Amino acid sequence: MSAETGIGASVLRKEDARFITGKGQYTDDISVFGQTHCVFVRSPHARAKINGINTDAAMAMDGVIRVFTGDELVEDGIGDLPCGWVVNSKDGTPMVSPPHPPIATSVVNYVGEPYAFVVAETLQAARDGAEAVEADFEILEAVVDTATASSSAQIHENAPNNQAYDWELGDREATDAAFAKADHVTTLDITNNRLIPNAIEPRAALGSYDAASSTYTLYTTSQNPHVERVVLALFVNVAPEANLRVISPDVGGGFGSKIFVYAEETAVIWASAKVGRPIKWRADRTESFLSDAHGRDHVTKAELALSSEGEMLGLRVKTIANMGAYLSTFSSSVPTYLYGTLMAGQYKTPAIYVETQAVFTNTAPVDAYRGAGRPEATYVVERIVETAARELNMDPVELRRKNFIPPDAFPYQTPVALEYDTGNYAASMGKALELADSDGYAARKAASETNGKLRGRGYSCYIEACGIAPSQLVISLGAGVGLFESAEVRVDVSGSVTVMTGSHSHGQGHETTFAQLVSDRLGIPFESVNVIHGDTGRSDYGLGTYGSRSIAVGGSAIDRALDKIIAKGKKIAAHMFETTEDQVEFAEGQFSYAGSNEPKPFAEIAGAAYIPAVYPLDELEPGLSEKAFYDPKNFTYPAGSYVCEVEIDPSTGVTEIEKFVAVDDFGNVINPMIVEGQVHGGLAQGIGQALLEHGIYDGDGNLSTGSYMDYAMPRATDLPDFEVDMTSTPCTHNPLGVKGCGEAGAIGSPAAVMNAITDALGVKDVPMPATPHTVWETIQQGA
Amino acid sequence: MKVDLTVNGSEHAVDVADNALLSDVLRETLGLTGTHVGCDTSQCGACTVHLNGRSVKACTVLAGQADGGDVTTIEGIANGDDLHPMQVAFRANHALQCGFCTPGMIMSAIDLVQSADGPLSAEDVRDGLEGNFCRCTGYHNIVKAVLDAQANM
Repeated sequence: MSAETGIGASVLRKEDARFITGKGQYTDDISVFGQTHCVFVRSPHARAKINGINTDAAMAMDGVIRVFTGDELVEDGIGDLPCGWVVNSKDGTPMVSPPHPPIATSVVNYVGEPYAFVVAETLQAARDGAEAVEADFEILEAVVDTATASSSAQIHENAPNNQAYDWELGDREATDAAFAKADHVTTLDITNNRLIPNAIEPRAALGSYDAASSTYTLYTTSQNPHVERVVLALFVNVAPEANLRVISPDVGGGFGSKIFVYAEETAVIWASAKVGRPIKWRADRTESFLSDAHGRDHVTKAELALSSEGEMLGLRVKTIANMGAYLSTFSSSVPTYLYGTLMAGQYKTPAIYVETQAVFTNTAPVDAYRGAGRPEATYVVERIVETAARELNMDPVELRRKNFIPPDAFPYQTPVALEYDTGNYAASMGKALELADSDGYAARKAASETNGKLRGRGYSCYIEACGIAPSQLVISLGAGVGLFESAEVRVDVSGSVTVMTGSHSHGQGHETTFAQLVSDRLGIPFESVNVIHGDTGRSDYGLGTYGSRSIAVGGSAIDRALDKIIAKGKKIAAHMFETTEDQVEFAEGQFSYAGSNEPKPFAEIAGAAYIPAVYPLDELEPGLSEKAFYDPKNFTYPAGSYVCEVEIDPSTGVTEIEKFVAVDDFGNVINPMIVEGQVHGGLAQGIGQALLEHGIYDGDGNLSTGSYMDYAMPRATDLPDFEVDMTSTPCTHNPLGVKGCGEAGAIGSPAAVMNAITDALGVKDVPMPATPHTVWETIQQGA
Repeated sequence: MKVDLTVNGSEHAVDVADNALLSDVLRETLGLTGTHVGCDTSQCGACTVHLNGRSVKACTVLAGQADGGDVTTIEGIANGDDLHPMQVAFRANHALQCGFCTPGMIMSAIDLVQSADGPLSAEDVRDGLEGNFCRCTGYHNIVKAVLDAQANM
């Protein structure tokens, strides 16, 4: 092991070599012989009956090969796009999951829903063909608004009140009792704005069918190619699983939106056999806005019961969650098990009751977006805690400190199902205050006032549950998949190593981090480790990357496979040392035995494994290659303290973030440089949510924010420098002591920003995003 | 139509549709897929290349407009195995994650530094890169990388 490349070292990334030279291979960069191009014909209406589709004119156009409609997929046995997690309502009934054909057949339910697609020789011909497809729509009343959806026109026949489910968690009576004895109750009505993920690489797919072997190959922009494969095989019936290979090559960001199984790749891979040629599709940006699963979109009423001394006694949360038109792949879990379970936050609130009503609207499906449920939970908890402190005239830091779960209380069972393994919340808070120069705040605020500006400060102490997830727990809660991860460690004859992982990197740097882990444990050079991911033809079934799970679950799987490699290496070494395996030690890349002064380097044992001269082959198989499937024992619980300081110009409503401090506890850290980068990116998305981003539909269900001219993506000028630091309480239940870092920034930051803005303005709430217009209006209303 | 282009020092005579975009010609005709298309509307900057020494968004330049022009793409900025200082700085400062915006970001940043009157401040860099989106890094390390690179350019 090397201090420069081992665990804890900020090793520069292996993958950068191809990305900085333009040699990355993203799906749209791949072309195959004979490929055709595909364009989807999308609904211009939010809700309409399809009385007929005329493809004749399109079919007659130059270069058009075939035009497909949804009926053809149905006739061929192609199934609906499923939702993989069944959430039950309070009364025990399972959620309503409306039929979701990949290509709409009789109705369309959101603007952008595909109802036909054109395959042509060129992209231009496919576009022209798509323009020529005609549909006879009978326009129906659209339902758009989250809060009123349940009392609006019914969208799906099987979903009265447009309700998917009405879910609850926690002890209602105990919570009512807590409120009955409270000295003070803080109430807060807040919305969590709809976001559109916007990975810079648009979704894409390239599907091919090889008639000679009856096999399909799908290149696509997926965060979890094995999940894509199993869904397309088992549920959508595109092909037997064994005959379908899914490859996610370099993927240009996901943020959740590329977890899901979408219509487009389903259509492309299915149609490649019908056309007999490969078919390629890449979304243009407006298609991404219209058809990628969106995030957030909650309307919430929260109540916090406190004693007069600021002791948090009970929390009640009632949320309406907009699911969009259909239940996307993992959508149902987001406003429930990834949301309600986090309502304890970092606090010892003894009684909590959460209700979530999930509703359908004529908008794009809503599913996991960076943080997925946990940003929404943090927003509720951290906004109401700060509001309560103001109402009680307490320092918000003191109120939090008073209620933190203390370090000696772990493992800590919350009233909302989770058992936190470890944490030290006061430690991260202390460090954050120091970095934020808390002592100098009064002077800075006075200086702002002198300049006619309003300065405010806000805190957010988030917790998340990630390292998703213990399989049997989530299956008992309705998940249709286990959430373990796979790893295979193949040692080469020369002692170099190839790792196959079921995790998928789309920016996280696994090729580097996982290589550090292997290099550190085996004591071999970092450069000798090659990490392979994203190909169902090469790695075992794995669950992919989301929920900040890759190092905690995928990394632990690699660690387990390394245990097996070392164990077998000891057996081989024992024969070489002519001793028993329990007498062999392995450290720093050397197998050693007290009875010998000639330790065997790892590479020598690798060679001996494949040139099996020294050990009996009836006892020990040749070779050195091991697999592991790691199933986590618990979630991991990253937590942190964020401090945001803003200055607002009351004449324009423009908010400047003057300071943003993030102190996170991710447990052990393999590569601090990469971890800090993950935090930066999360903060950018959280600050984007707070200040800029908003997916807006008009009353007729047209997406008003369907381009970069309308949807305010954070640009370099919109964001501050970040001050990022860490504390550490290692995870107690995985072998690496790691917690995961991918989502923290997006989870913790919106509440910090909005607490700072409301502090500056002296108001209870400002809706996100706090655009200059919204802030200016708020100031005018108060004036 | 026939278009003559010098791309990364090599001369090409290509026969393209009148409405072909420079990004299409680079990616589809010449196989230079390092130039990425992220929005098709010149908002995101992933397709940024240099045309006659200045950065342009290749998704909004017609191939015909570039006729006779000198184009440099991300594939053409290193000198053999010697990376351009901007490439080195991006890696050294962890200024990329998924890598999709990176080619355009590097091409914009090179032009920004080369065409600056004097040393750029962090604020200048943020202003100058306003036409390039990155969804992964929050720009923090990109700003560091550009400031780092300008010392070596």
